[in-house]
Amino acid sequence: MSQTIAFQMPVRPAGAAVPPIADGDRKPLTKKEIAGDHPTWCPGCGDFSVLALYYKLIEKRRILHEKVTTVAGIGCSSRFPYFVQAHGAHFIHGRALPFASGISLSRPDLHVFAFSGDGDAFSIGGNHFSHTARKNIKMTLVVMDNWVYGLTKKQTSPTSPIGFKSKTDIWGAVDQPINPVKQALATGATFIARTSSTNPNHLLQMMEAALDHDGFSFIQCLSECVEFFPGAFDPANPRKGGKFNEIPKEHDVTDEAAAYKLASDPFPGYFGIFYRASRPTKNTLEAKINADAQAKVKGLLPWQILQKTFERMR
Amino acid sequence: MSVPDSQAPQSSALRISDISEAVIRIAGNSQDGIQAIGGFLARLAGRSEQEVMTFMTIPSTISGGPSIFQVRIGSGEVLSAGDEADVLLAFYQHSYQEHLHSLKRGGIVVYDSDHVEPSQDAMGSFRHIGVPISGRTVEAIGGVGREKGKNVFALGLLARMFHLDVQKLERLITERFTGKDASVAENAVTAFQAGYGFQLENVVELFRFIEAEKRGHSQVVMNGNEAIAYGAIAAGVRFGAGYPITPWTDVMELLRRELPKYGGSFIQCEDEIASISMAIGASYAGGVALTGSSGPGIALKTEALGWAVMAEMPLVIIDVQRGGPSTGMPTNVEQSDLNIACFGGHGDSPRVVVAPANVEDCFYTTIDAVNIARKYSVPVILLTDQAIGSRIEAFDEPDLKAVCQEIPVDLTPVADHKPYDLSSPDGISYHVVPGTRIASGRYPIATGLEHDEYGHPSGSPKLHMAMTAKRRKKLQALARELPTPTVFGAPDGEVLLVGWGSTQGPIREAVTRARGEGQSISALHLKYINPLPNGLSEIFKKFKHVFVLEMNDGGLYGYGQLAGLLRAHVCDDRIRGINKCDGLTWKIREILDQVRDRVIPPASGPVASGAK
Repeated sequence: MSQTIAFQMPVRPAGAAVPPIADGDRKPLTKKEIAGDHPTWCPGCGDFSVLALYYKLIEKRRILHEKVTTVAGIGCSSRFPYFVQAHGAHFIHGRALPFASGISLSRPDLHVFAFSGDGDAFSIGGNHFSHTARKNIKMTLVVMDNWVYGLTKKQTSPTSPIGFKSKTDIWGAVDQPINPVKQALATGATFIARTSSTNPNHLLQMMEAALDHDGFSFIQCLSECVEFFPGAFDPANPRKGGKFNEIPKEHDVTDEAAAYKLASDPFPGYFGIFYRASRPTKNTLEAKINADAQAKVKGLLPWQILQKTFERMR
Repeated sequence: MSVPDSQAPQSSALRISDISEAVIRIAGNSQDGIQAIGGFLARLAGRSEQEVMTFMTIPSTISGGPSIFQVRIGSGEVLSAGDEADVLLAFYQHSYQEHLHSLKRGGIVVYDSDHVEPSQDAMGSFRHIGVPISGRTVEAIGGVGREKGKNVFALGLLARMFHLDVQKLERLITERFTGKDASVAENAVTAFQAGYGFQLENVVELFRFIEAEKRGHSQVVMNGNEAIAYGAIAAGVRFGAGYPITPWTDVMELLRRELPKYGGSFIQCEDEIASISMAIGASYAGGVALTGSSGPGIALKTEALGWAVMAEMPLVIIDVQRGGPSTGMPTNVEQSDLNIACFGGHGDSPRVVVAPANVEDCFYTTIDAVNIARKYSVPVILLTDQAIGSRIEAFDEPDLKAVCQEIPVDLTPVADHKPYDLSSPDGISYHVVPGTRIASGRYPIATGLEHDEYGHPSGSPKLHMAMTAKRRKKLQALARELPTPTVFGAPDGEVLLVGWGSTQGPIREAVTRARGEGQSISALHLKYINPLPNGLSEIFKKFKHVFVLEMNDGGLYGYGQLAGLLRAHVCDDRIRGINKCDGLTWKIREILDQVRDRVIPPASGPVASGAK
């Protein structure tokens, strides 16, 4: 009775064929090739440093140009994908992680990077932060934490310290701020690091370690908003008379309780890898479910598998 | 089904009457397995090449509560689940009291005499057959099954009454319980045989379905939710994400279970927003992903839906409508999400809305939805409802080899790529997916900001005009590709009944009946809601009255949601609404009464069987 419409599917226009290049013959990307639009951030913004080190990571680790996939939500930080000359998506506020999960779970050949801010990741997207972490979906999330809403011009953020005077708390913030490292620990993240945009070497180290981690890797990167919260992170910057305390060498990164204790140290606290655990990723677990299911229908084409199901429904 | 009034002698051999169709209503509690009996009857009908349609109500409670399952089996065309029942099977006093009214006069009520005290007043109007169903079931299968097997015992009674194919039924029962403890299947068959062998008292006649016309084609039996899930698989969908909500949940459960066989995944997400976001991410990564929900969940998804429109991302969204607004009536049917499907969201965000008419159509329309999403890089909402989702029908087994398709991820390098190419014909552009090398070194960004042809943000007023037009023009091109629907009945006349979605069957049955009585009435079914197909205005002009029949409220101005859309589209103020929102499907009688109340179509001579 019913039939489908025979839609003529679009065919890619037959342009000039692109000659194939063996991966081994590919030249490493230069900064010029990977740099996209000129950033719209304010001069002096900490995010510039994160962007520069992302380029460096891609160059250094020789990630193939087309495999770079950058995803973001909304906020100053989340303009990131436009500034990277690579595949990317600028999604809606707070939902970069589920979007990135959709890519990660369907395309194991890509390493997905999500960039976010404190409002995007911990406020409107707080639910997704918890669940992406607990499911251990393979990707790297860098949260550029500036303790304030910048794009909307100075409202209290979920990481604003108590007493911070913003346009929505003219008398000073009254709500307890989130401690991102502790929150990540509690929700089951398998890689948790903390760094600062003012320490490029350390930031790159953390990004490399995150890239190497098989699972959900989370980096909290302090990134100063020079416009609306200037000087917020001076106590963590030796050039401004502060201290950049690296996590003690003897810290056991698999010890959750020790990591929690370290993360409780008052600001500026510690920097480095707080926690790193090996737990099967959602990607691996789903692949296993698929391998088991497909073993039972081995050699059958999709229509034949469906046929077998329909035979049982006659 | 005709039940003769004459009282047959008690002692003589039972009379066997040939019937062409029967409506059986089974009333009990939701945990009694009455859906299972209905399911067996429906599948038996399918295997016997009969037509079948079911209707069920389930309580919106956590566990238990009164529930019914109605099945209409026919050797000819079955378009609705039937207004009145020929036979009522009542397990409890409340089942008996609540549903006796649904029985046609002279109909038969079979009741569990262990639980039901029949009303003396009703004895004259309905034929009563008391069977100690509970006691006999325990006797048959011992204490192990307790009352568990009484549904199958009752099925045995029905098999006896309707001369059903016992072998086929026993095979269905065995198949159903295969994989469980062997004793479960044995007990079920024992209970069935006990019911079948039970000596029915007061029974004056048995019934036998006249054989259905041979189709020469096997039938499959399933409900609308299943048909959607299998349609998605056939269409090559290999990724989906969702969050549980009644009555959509069955679709996601099935895809979660089945997709791995095809190398795909369905992910249960933390919420509705994550579900659509994850599905869009998967579509961005290649293929066409699926998400879905019911009313409240669809509302939550609208922001991300707007992104998919703006970024021109293919996506299929299933909306199994239920009574709204808010939590509304979760287990009842309504067609009140048409507006949110067509217009939900902010900004000018054209998207596609399609609505299947029956269970078979759920399968094929899902494939259409996937292909529209793919071709036009646009989100497509498939609007179905609780009634079509839960009702079981038998339909010709699809030619899967011909129908099934795959959507390969194409990573062939390209020279350059503009995902939002303004020079593309009709505005229909496409995406290359991440992992594709672009020789020019210019990579696209998928974005929700207004953008240039590469996806980079732009606040240019001219560009916003051009891009908005591009997103609209694609759907205008789609409208040209959609078939103009054909009128059911005569192409002109007094009354045209316009419907959409699951009301197609009841409307056609009503039209067929009215035309048989000489009324000048036809029907038009709309499957493509947004964009609407071309040519509707010309069809409407051929009728004196145009009524849009919907399961939603008549609204502030006296017409429902589709009627509003049609009035805006064709500017015809003769379009009026026939609406109801009692959470139940239209009965044939209700439709005809509503039309009669508005206009009595003059006789135009009996219309033969032209209504096809």
